[in-house]
This record gives sequence, C-alpha cells and structure tokens, in this order.
Amino acid sequence: MSADSTPTNPNAGGSKETANPTVDGSELIRFDKVTKRFGSNTVLDELDFKVDSGKHVTLIGPSGSGKTTILRLLMTLMKPDEGTIKVGGEYLTHEERGGKLVPAGDKHIREVRKNIGMVFQQFNLFPNMKVLRNITEAPVHVLGLSKDEADERARELLDLVGLGDRCDAYPTQLSGGQQQRVAIARALAMRPQVLLLDEVTSALDPELVAGVLDVLRDIAHSTDITMLCVTHEMNFARDISDQVLMFDSGRIIESGSPEKIFGDPDHERTREFLSAVL
Amino acid sequence: MKWDWSSVGDFMPVFWDGVLVTLQALVLSVIVAFTLGLVWAMAQRSTLKAVSWPVTVVTEFIRNTPLLVQLFFLYYVLPEWGITFSALTTGVIGLGLHYSTYTAEVYRAGIDGVPVGQWEAATALNLPRSRTWLAVILPQAIRRVIPALGNYVVAMLKDSPLIATIGVLEMLGEARQFGSVTFQMVEPLVVVGIAFIVIAYPASLLLRALERRLVR
Amino acid sequence: MSEITPGLWELVFKGLWITVQLTVFSAALGAVVALVIGLARTHRLWIVRFLSGAYFEIFRGTSALVFMFLVFFALPLGFGWQLVPMWAAVLAMGLTYGAYGSEIVRGAVAAVSPAQREAGIALSFTPAQSLRKVILPQAWPEMVPPLNNLLIELLKGTALVSILGVNDITFAGSLVRNATGESAPIYTVILVMYFVLAFVMTRGMRLLERQAKAGIGQAPPKRRKLSLRQTNDLAASGVSGGTGGAA
Repeated sequence: MSADSTPTNPNAGGSKETANPTVDGSELIRFDKVTKRFGSNTVLDELDFKVDSGKHVTLIGPSGSGKTTILRLLMTLMKPDEGTIKVGGEYLTHEERGGKLVPAGDKHIREVRKNIGMVFQQFNLFPNMKVLRNITEAPVHVLGLSKDEADERARELLDLVGLGDRCDAYPTQLSGGQQQRVAIARALAMRPQVLLLDEVTSALDPELVAGVLDVLRDIAHSTDITMLCVTHEMNFARDISDQVLMFDSGRIIESGSPEKIFGDPDHERTREFLSAVL
Repeated sequence: MKWDWSSVGDFMPVFWDGVLVTLQALVLSVIVAFTLGLVWAMAQRSTLKAVSWPVTVVTEFIRNTPLLVQLFFLYYVLPEWGITFSALTTGVIGLGLHYSTYTAEVYRAGIDGVPVGQWEAATALNLPRSRTWLAVILPQAIRRVIPALGNYVVAMLKDSPLIATIGVLEMLGEARQFGSVTFQMVEPLVVVGIAFIVIAYPASLLLRALERRLVR
Repeated sequence: MSEITPGLWELVFKGLWITVQLTVFSAALGAVVALVIGLARTHRLWIVRFLSGAYFEIFRGTSALVFMFLVFFALPLGFGWQLVPMWAAVLAMGLTYGAYGSEIVRGAVAAVSPAQREAGIALSFTPAQSLRKVILPQAWPEMVPPLNNLLIELLKGTALVSILGVNDITFAGSLVRNATGESAPIYTVILVMYFVLAFVMTRGMRLLERQAKAGIGQAPPKRRKLSLRQTNDLAASGVSGGTGGAA
C-alpha cells in the first residue's frame, strides 16, 4: 500500500510511474490485439481500441457482445488471454522486465489500477459498513489519507450525489438508486482518471434510474474525468458521450460521435440494434 | 440398588472444581478451534497449491479420525519428541485442533457465501488483500456463521470429558477419581450427566434464538 | 524400546475387527432408533411427538462418554445384570447416535412435499403404506449424505469404549504402547486405520447415495476433491457436527 503524498491534486490517483494525468487529450487507454475467451467462446477477438484522456466513451451493442468484458479487463477482474492493455502509457497486466514483457506482479497491477475506478451493476457496496465508511475505506487504506481528510472528501461527494444526509445509514437501508449513487461517490473518492460504468442502471427500478443518470450527467459535464460506459440507456449515451462504440461479437463494428451513430449509422447491424432498443 | 444422597453431598465440592476445569478447558479450546479454523479456511482458499493441498489433507485426516486417539498421540508422542505440556494444555490443544477442522468447514461456507461482487468491489477500490479480508470479507462471513460456530461450542462441551482420559480432572475426571476412592460411581456420574444437560440445553436454545435473528 | 512384534500386530488387527463390529452393530441399532424416533417426532399424536422429542433433546445435551460410563456402571447395579462390555457399548452408541440420526430422518421426512402425502391419501393408502411406498423412498436419498457424516462420527465415537475396557483398536494401541514403550508408531498406525475405515465407509455411502438418487431419477451431485464428506453447508451443520452437533 503506497500512500499518496499529494491528496490535494485533482487527479490524486496519478503516481510518478504513470503518465501525466492532466487532461490533454492524449491517449489514456489502449487495447492491443486483446483476445478473451471463455472456454470455446471467444468474447473479444484481437480487439484494438483506444480512449483519449478526458473523453466520455459509451459502448453499446447486444448483450454478450463483450462490452462488459472490456470493463472487467480494465479493472483487472479478469486477465486477457492474448494481447496487452495500457493505461496512461503503462502496461496494465504486463510489465517490462529486462526488455521483455512478462505478466505483471501484484505491486505493478496495484500501481496502475489506482488510476481506474468502477461502478457496478449490482452496486456492490459493503453491507457491513455505513455509507460514509464505504467511501472512506479505500482513501484511508489505499491512498493513505487521514481519517478527517477522507471524511471531508466523502461528505463532499455525498453532497454531490445528493445523499449528504445519509452518512450514517447502512447500505441495506437505502433504495437501489441511493445505493448506486453512494457507489458512484465511493469510486470518485479515489480520484481515478478513468471511471468505468458497468450497466449502472440495469438493476434499478425504473423510477430510480433518472436520479442516478442525473448524477452521472452532472459529473460528466462538471469534471474532466474519463468515462467508459456500458449502458442500455441510449438517451443518456447520447447526452454524455463524445464517442460511441458499437460492439458485435467481440469486435467494434462501428464508432463515431453520438450524432453520427444514433443519427446516421453506417452499419446495417447498428441500425438493427438501435431500432430494437430505442 | 440404592441411591445414596450423602454420596452426592460428598461429591459436590470436587464436582465444582471439575466444573471450573471443564469451563476453563472449553473456553481455551474454543479459542483455539475458532482461530485455527479460520487459518485453515483461508489457507484452503490460497491459490498456492503448496499451501492449500497440505492443509486440506491434514484437516481431512484430523476430522475423520477419533479425538481420543489424537489426544493419546499428543499426550504420549509429544514428550517423546521433547515437547512437554501439562495435561490440560494437551487437552486444550487436542480438542481445539480437532474441532478447528470442523470450524474450518463452517468458515469456508461462510466465506464462499460472500457475493463475488464484494471481492470485485474491493479490487476496484484497490484495497490491499489483508484489508479486503479484514474489513470486507470476514465481517460478512463471520456474521453468517456465528450460529453454526455456536453449535460446535456445544459439541465441544460434550466432548470435553475426553480429556479426562489423559488425566485432566474436569467433571468426569473428578467423578472417576471420586468413584475410585469411595466405590460409589453412579451418583457422581449422574450428577455430571445432569450437569452436561443443564449447561448444554439452554446453550442450544440460546443458539437457536440467535440463529433466527442472524440468518435471514 | 522395541519393534511392534507379529504378536502385537495380531492384537492390533483383532482390535480393528472389534472396532468394525462395534461400528456395524451400533449403526444397526442406531438406524432402528433413528427411524423410530425420527418418525415418532412427526407423529400426529402430541404425546408421541413430545416423548420422542424429549428423547432427542436429552441425548443432544448429553455427553456420549458420560452416558457410556453410566451404562457401564449404573445398568449392572440397577438391573442386576452385567452386560458384556461389547454389548453395553453397542447399546450406548446405538441409543446416542440413533438420537442424532432421528433428526436426519425427521428433517428428510418433513422435506417431502405435502402434495406427495395428499397423493397418498387420494390413493387411499393407509398411513403405513403411504410412509413405506411414498414418503420414505423420497426422503431416503436426502438422508444418505448426512447419515454418512454421522456414520463417521459413530466410527470415531467407538474409540471411547476402549476407556471402558472393550478391546477395540484404540485399546490395542494402549497395549502396544505399553509393550513397546514407543507411542508414535502405533498411534500413527491406528489413526491411519481409522482414516482408511472412514474412507471405505464414505465410498460405500456414495454408492448408496448414487443408487438412492437414481431410484428417484436424480443425478449424483458433484463433490469437492479430497473431501470425505458432504460439504457441511450452514443449514446442515446442525446434524453433522462433532458428536452429532447441537442445533
């Protein structure tokens, strides 16, 4: 656990080993011929793609097309079978040792992973901790913030997501929408450069979806955080995205601005998909 | 046969000594069983085969062989290897070690019951492994397994007289000693038998109430 | 200090045979007790339920070893006849483990769906017919895995009788230890023998389980490698733990 010495830095997750975290439109995430299989099923097939710093990128496509797998690979919840992933210029699952690329050690993964935050479909809040501690746990024990600093940061974030008054609640006492907003605050408390959003509204009752999306819109427009988002909420995707990637069968079949993809897609498959979900 | 109340009266002073030793042995061996069991459960989850395999083999072996023989083993063999403990310590180690292989299974089930999303959230927050275990997984796992662990406390209480066989003067040990001196065996045995029911029955009622509250 | 001589080995194997006999006879008695008490606990008359329930509760609170001592010392005094130690042991073990087993029987019978009972009634079976032809065949496959655990507990429990002078394998162990003056070899041998017995019993019970499951058209479950027992999930821990557990 390495303490972060500059918690006041707006992108405090960055360390000296990673690339300059400032938003300059430089390449932040890069997939190089990434292949992922489950048994005989190839979910990602030699996938190449990149995301520039500060961009909001949405992945759309039919379920099972490998969108979520991309997020899970980035979060190191699974390992690619082939290919490499770079985050901020650093290999994520590999490291260079003696001029050769070898599978990364725990320490290396930990260091690069600091730049990435994730919000899950099922929230995954820690039920044994109150809301505030859910948010402060990692800043204290990973970034090395003092309890007070972490508390202050957590309270600010809870205000941001509209739950400033629920610090002392346990997650089970909250609605799904509230839990998801806490989960967003929890991810942001680590000041990641990249926020991964994995179908964050899919597990919510319909009436609770809007509140969560509003919070995310707010964050997308008011911060320069890079977002990588898997969603079935096409209106939301249109609102926040700089770029939309259409996935099918483990490949990106089309990418472009939301206006382009939602308005006048090139690919027949995209057209079909959109007419089915819109 | 005639029931001799005066014999009961004569037995009572040493009986209370025995109760104290029984409870002392129980508390200590429960601590051993609960702690070691957790160690086994975590070791069995290790991704290192060199750790998980031997632990699985050893715990399976201990769990499927008699506590009595294990007590003899510890009591007679350890001194041959130059390790000497008091009878009580040996008994506590034996009882605790034996039951740690049961509590390990309980912990394992509890840990497996923590949703995989909790591990993933901990990874996403970059929590160190030790912190993930201590702050996230174990608090959730242990809450679920408290009633099951409680059952083993009662089971251990009932097996605690086995340590009388290596000379610990707990309740049964005191009864045997009393019987060998006075040739009145039945009265002290009945007293001890009732004592076990008197301790174990309310304990298991309490556990059932606890189980209803904790396991939803 | 000396080797374990052929004569001593013979002692050990005789003891092993006694242990096997003890296990088989106690299990047989225990099975009868478990079935009778277990079914009585689901009986429609409250007095039957109460008495059988009391039997179970008393044994659940009782230390098996203390009960064994009582059987050995009190029965001869109270009834004027001296049981052969072997049979006193079988009696004590059968009554004790039968009580634990009754919980397994009761649970499995209670788990058979009420619709099956109603079907039995609809076909005008007598209660006994319904039990024999409908309820028990369906409850049986559910009983086998926890009974396997209990059987291993019973096997381990037979070691206790050595304290009361039954010359089982543990008793033989003490004799050999005295004769050779060494503890490690003989107790290692004995522990391994118990483990092998447990292993063999588990294999047998798995066959039985497979057969029972096939009898009602189910596939056998997958198991963890290495493990002799059905995994104690939390719900089942009550009847599988230690000396029968205390749930």
